[in-house]
Amino acid sequence: MNDLTPTREQRTAALEGMGCKRKRVEDIRFTQGRGNYVDDVKLPGMLHGDFVRSPHPHARVKKIDDSEALKVPGVLAVITAETLKTVNLAWMPTLAGDVQMVLADGKVLFQNQEVAFVVATDRYAADDGINKVIVEYEPLPVLVDPFKAMDADAPLLREDLAGKTSGAHGPRKHHNHIFEWTVGDKEMTDAAFKKAEVTIKEMISYHRTHPSPLETCQCVCSFDKIKGELTIYGTFQAPHVIRTVVSLIAKLPEQKIHVIAPDIGGGFGNKVGAYPGYICAAVASIVTGKPVKWVEDRIENLTATSFARDYHMTTEIAATKEGKVTGLRVHVLADHGAFDACADPSKWPAGFFNIVTGSYDFPVAHLAVDGIYTNKAPGGVAYRCSFRVTEAAYCIERAMDILAQKLNMDPAELRLKNFIKPEQFPYHSALGWEYDSGDYHTAMKKMMETTDYAALRKEQAEKRAAFKRGETREIMGLGVSFFTEIVGAGPSKNCDILGIAMFDSCEIRMHPTGAGIARVGSKSQGQGHETTWAQIIATEIGIPADNIMVEEGNTDTAPYGLGTYGSRSTPVAGAAIAMAARKIKAKAQMIAAYKLEVHEDDLEFDIDGFRVKGLPEKYMSMKDICWAAYNSVPPGMEPGLEAVSYYDPPNMTYPFGAYLCVMDIDVDTGVYKVRRFYALDDCGTRINPMIIEGQVHGGLTEAFAIAMGQEIRYDDAGNVVTGSFMDFFMPTAVETPHWETDFTVTPSPHHPIGAKGVGESPNVGGVPAFSNAVNDAFSFLGSTHIQMPHDFWRNWKAAKELGAVA
Amino acid sequence: MIPGAFSYHRPATVADAVKLLADLGDDARPLAGGHSLVPMMKLRLATPAHLIDLHGVADLKGIKRDGNKVTIGAMTTQHELLASDEIGKSLPILHETALLIADPQVRYRGTIGGNVANGDPGNDMPALMLTLGASYQLQGPNGAREVVASDFYQGAYFTALEPGEILTSVTVPVPAAGHGYAYEKLKRKVGDYATAAAAVVLTMAGGKVTTCTIGLTNLHETPLLAADAAKAVIGTSLDAVSLKKAAQAAEAIMSPAADARGPVEYRKHVGCIMVTRALQRAAGRAK
Amino acid sequence: MAKTHVTMKVNGAEVEGLVEPRTLLVHFIRENLQMTGTHIGCETTHCGACTVDIDGMSVKSCTMFAVQAEGSDITTIEGIANADGTLSALQEGFRMMHGLQCGFCTPGMIVRAHRLLQENPRPSEQEIRMGISGNICRCTGYQNIVRAIQYAAAKINGVEFKEAAE
Repeated sequence: MNDLTPTREQRTAALEGMGCKRKRVEDIRFTQGRGNYVDDVKLPGMLHGDFVRSPHPHARVKKIDDSEALKVPGVLAVITAETLKTVNLAWMPTLAGDVQMVLADGKVLFQNQEVAFVVATDRYAADDGINKVIVEYEPLPVLVDPFKAMDADAPLLREDLAGKTSGAHGPRKHHNHIFEWTVGDKEMTDAAFKKAEVTIKEMISYHRTHPSPLETCQCVCSFDKIKGELTIYGTFQAPHVIRTVVSLIAKLPEQKIHVIAPDIGGGFGNKVGAYPGYICAAVASIVTGKPVKWVEDRIENLTATSFARDYHMTTEIAATKEGKVTGLRVHVLADHGAFDACADPSKWPAGFFNIVTGSYDFPVAHLAVDGIYTNKAPGGVAYRCSFRVTEAAYCIERAMDILAQKLNMDPAELRLKNFIKPEQFPYHSALGWEYDSGDYHTAMKKMMETTDYAALRKEQAEKRAAFKRGETREIMGLGVSFFTEIVGAGPSKNCDILGIAMFDSCEIRMHPTGAGIARVGSKSQGQGHETTWAQIIATEIGIPADNIMVEEGNTDTAPYGLGTYGSRSTPVAGAAIAMAARKIKAKAQMIAAYKLEVHEDDLEFDIDGFRVKGLPEKYMSMKDICWAAYNSVPPGMEPGLEAVSYYDPPNMTYPFGAYLCVMDIDVDTGVYKVRRFYALDDCGTRINPMIIEGQVHGGLTEAFAIAMGQEIRYDDAGNVVTGSFMDFFMPTAVETPHWETDFTVTPSPHHPIGAKGVGESPNVGGVPAFSNAVNDAFSFLGSTHIQMPHDFWRNWKAAKELGAVA
Repeated sequence: MIPGAFSYHRPATVADAVKLLADLGDDARPLAGGHSLVPMMKLRLATPAHLIDLHGVADLKGIKRDGNKVTIGAMTTQHELLASDEIGKSLPILHETALLIADPQVRYRGTIGGNVANGDPGNDMPALMLTLGASYQLQGPNGAREVVASDFYQGAYFTALEPGEILTSVTVPVPAAGHGYAYEKLKRKVGDYATAAAAVVLTMAGGKVTTCTIGLTNLHETPLLAADAAKAVIGTSLDAVSLKKAAQAAEAIMSPAADARGPVEYRKHVGCIMVTRALQRAAGRAK
Repeated sequence: MAKTHVTMKVNGAEVEGLVEPRTLLVHFIRENLQMTGTHIGCETTHCGACTVDIDGMSVKSCTMFAVQAEGSDITTIEGIANADGTLSALQEGFRMMHGLQCGFCTPGMIVRAHRLLQENPRPSEQEIRMGISGNICRCTGYQNIVRAIQYAAAKINGVEFKEAAE
């Protein structure tokens, strides 16, 4: 050892492994405009497809006249449901066990539903073409109010299901009913409510919104007639699933389908399922023998692709008068629009909503969810929510604040009193989940200390008095949110997508010169996997992250994965990566032992190589081991150094966090100002703190938008009134608050590297913080619950109804 | 998102532009900054067969002060207004307003002519022009004429422009030295039209208002000159009673549309607050 | 519709093409010139993903026709890197400060920030936020974009970049 020998710190730093703020690999190309997004893909002879869409929310389609459209220069074909019926593709299965029209089959069920697909030589001609297709409609009565969906005289929407008294998830109660899902102990819960000292009951709505990634959904489908092979470039968060689905519904052999998800401009759940555009482009390519590109525009994206939320949650909590919760009862009316196209794991029609017991120790609970159809866009699950977890967290966090108000208790104190305690983990919730780990009290106390919560409450009390004296027109609210979310779907025993278990995978191959390639079944849409997956491998096997190439998205080369959504990549794919790396490390150890002429057990792994215990000079670097793997492996061992892991997680993971929003509202105009937002997240082991911070900033911004105005709203006639960026609230840098991030670390005991995932936490925990802040601001004037979103005008309306404004 | 086909014309003079518009009639639209027209064309809500691009007409540019008036060429962009020292000196309220219009990119292209001439009730400059007592120079097949801003607006997207006429410049009388001014605009976010907005120009002497004009944006299908509201504060020190009278007088002429920004009652309510705040801020600036 | 011949300078090079009058400038850049760094995120001129720099102005190229850009001098994201191919201060700033995630808004954001720093070489945080208010980002929440632009401004001005205390 001499001055030139790197220290252990230097050797660790050189790896840029787990825990460091490694700068992103992706940024080199993205900052130079050299990303490769779907609309950048150009294939020779490529055609364009575009949709004719229904202006009516509910109508019979009497006639589709394409004669004028076919005269438009450049228009080659107009595909309708009749065309698709010849290949049995007029309808397609959804991920939720329902079926969905690809093109209008006799009727339309929501405004902007796809009616015909015009194929042309370029996108300008296609746009001309769609404007020349003449469709004759016969409008039908419209159903938009979910609370009226099961009225005796409610219009019949799904004629294709007429007479079917059961669906994929059990019996149907009404022609607009989809499923009823119940969980928990009804008897014990009802008993707890009967004898409760204090109860609250509130209908808490989580309005319909939309993930709206900046890049809309798009694809290029290219069918090679000679080879009988279909290549699809697409905005797919789960490319392998798309391949299998296409194979099953188009009856094409799966090995002849090549699905490639290139760079994706944001997903947030919008790009999980299959859309009519993908099917029509594929059919058009098969029919024409040319590649066909479909790129939806923004209005199409907002009004026809998978919406998010639209849950109406009647929530009850039973408690002692000292504030100990004794029971939770929730009934949800879930508005799925025209088709149940929810991208949930198949056994979970309401996702993981049963996480609604949240961070609290409820001894008993009962949940019932009724899904219904309306004349709105189909779907239901998306938008950084991990399968209805955003809805559940909003529900319980709002309800706890309502309970605190009834008990005249501070909301933070009420939470501290009811948190699941550290010694209770792994914790079995009353609705069936086993939470892996948590330390809620520490996180909450850290939040309260860092924000000087007590001082804020004091300030609020003073401001309230000043308001009552007429000295100020501003009210102040503190929005507490302590969420536990459930991510990392999931164990094969209860998680599958269309029958495929929700494992994930990684294949690593090391090259002779100490470099390597890792192919993973996940698919980043901005989460930075090319950077972070290499960090895991670097720490596990001691090769610098810069020497590891990471690939995702090509279904021919990547091992089968279930994709990236629901914050599942780190919990599942991340685990597969660690396990594959450990297999590599195990083989490397055997090679090193052979080369160093010792027994394997005499070696210990030391940052970037193996060292003989007690003989520090006898060391072999991983780099040298890679070389050796290609020329001098022990007798009987195969050359090469690669491994595959398919990881079936034993459990979900349970990230949690403590957020506080400080908000000031001018009652006269309803204008709010977020004075401060503090977010403490515990996602277990932290792979790249810079990326975690970025995820939190982004998720909080989406939460802010949702809570404060971002809505997909329909009028009484079924027209979408917020279908473009004019009225669909997308905050700019000016409106977006400043975010303070913090953390604790409670590793997941069952995860190979203790990591839990974090992408969706800020949306899960953020919305309740904002909404609780608004509600907390108004509560001293007499309100119990003010529904989201909290636009300026709605804040004014609340103030007016409370008598605070003339 | 693709406009319908059209023929493109780029005249070099006002006369050429006017002739094209007259010859082509209803099928032709003038193209200024394009940030109102092109989005409408992309949604095929507007399908002109001919576009007459005014960017080539040099005579439509320029900001000139002539005695007590400033003349602004119709094709002057919001950005150029903001960069103009003359405007900053003589018409500072236009700077305050321009910064509240759209976003930086749109301001590089959006023109004052487009903003005042297309009759969109959401545009900000029309109310400013009413407040400042501006007049518009128009040119058409029958020659040139001038229309005061207060006579120009007849309904939503309905103005005094005759077929074939374009607005060539705006002439604004310079308010008195030491005048107070404010444009108070409540919007949901940057880039949005006003939920309600009020423009105030006033002068004060001895702590009392000597002259005042008030304009209102997006509170009616046309911009409004709130004459009674302005009268209510003249001779007062803008005490609470006078401010309330002014707000009430302004509210009496408001009839905003209910839309995603809020119901009618809310927009009127905020409109009153904008009037009050604009009066107070303007008074604060008056010397 | 008969096509028109257009010529202009893009990233320092003379280019030309045949377009319909209605061909949007963003499509001319992406399809005729095959420069796909400039992106499209909406059709209502809100999102700013299509922002390019024309004759010293930040312009949403989806709201202009290619024929209107005849004779113009345009810079797109592909022209932002330094002449020797190294990342410009802004591109480096975006990488160092994690000012991007999916990368879709990034070209428009960087091209806009480039002009912003010409307009105002030492912008405050509020001026930066106002300055990029015509560019929507869904991933970053803007905070790191602001830091990226501050980083670049410091580098261009030859001063030390001080991170604000959290």
